[in-house]
Amino acid sequence: MREALEHWDFVIAAYAIGLGALAVLTAWSWRTMRRAEARREEVKRR
Amino acid sequence: MHTYANPKRFLGIAKWLMPLLFWSGLALSAGAVAWGLAVVPPDRLMGESVRILFIHVPAAWLGMGGWAGIAISSAMLLIWKHPLAGISARAIAVPGIVFTAVCLATGSIWGRPTWGTWWVWDGRLTSMLVLLFLYAGYIALVQATTREGGSAKIAAIFGLVGAVNIPIINRSVVWWNSLHQPPSITMGNSAIDGVFLMPLLAAVVGFSLLFGAIVLMRMRAIIAEAQVEARLKRRALDDDAPRGGGAGEPAMGGA
Repeated sequence: MREALEHWDFVIAAYAIGLGALAVLTAWSWRTMRRAEARREEVKRR
Repeated sequence: MHTYANPKRFLGIAKWLMPLLFWSGLALSAGAVAWGLAVVPPDRLMGESVRILFIHVPAAWLGMGGWAGIAISSAMLLIWKHPLAGISARAIAVPGIVFTAVCLATGSIWGRPTWGTWWVWDGRLTSMLVLLFLYAGYIALVQATTREGGSAKIAAIFGLVGAVNIPIINRSVVWWNSLHQPPSITMGNSAIDGVFLMPLLAAVVGFSLLFGAIVLMRMRAIIAEAQVEARLKRRALDDDAPRGGGAGEPAMGGA
């Protein structure tokens, strides 16, 4: 017998995980880059 | 290719290429996701869950493509000793593991309404899980060699050997019986209806551009960290060197 599952729940969960992970990865990579380059400039000035 | 191996020249290119990849990738992937969620009709067999296709397939493609990038960079490091090759391999590893994890998670979520199960130990899913572990091992190895000052060649060899898993993932649905469908897109041929294929291609290109932007961000960070370390090391050496009034004198006179 086939279960009556609400497909949209699965679609929303998949997109929340996928897009959430991508947003966190992008923000983290951007922040790491900015921090590293700011530190390079700071060390250069000192 | 050797022309762009110079970090200074690379930074000049990355400065304008990174925002270009990021914004075009963001626009294209957002458009593709909206297209897949709101415009595409439900599939005859899979119903609404077919929409997971537009996040699952790009994630799978980039998980495998990421390792192919690590293998190519590793080969360039071992053969030509490109200064940027090791950096690019390191920069690909984290986005690669994230996209592989997203592929596994979205695949598992998709499996429940379509196959009736979250997971099966078949060739495709297991080899993809092996790829996740390979990424974890590679990241651990790179961190250990960076911290302990070991040779980058060890991680490069690991990157090359791990590439054996990529054709296994690709052919797994042909070699072994699986709940996973056989390849839908092959060279010049597609079993996917145009209604699904067009937004899928847009999503693959869009997420690939974003992946490229993230790799460039991480490469810039690694280069900046290396430059800071080199400068601090140079300064420490200068500070330790004997100064003024006795160039010929021993550093610890009278000892």
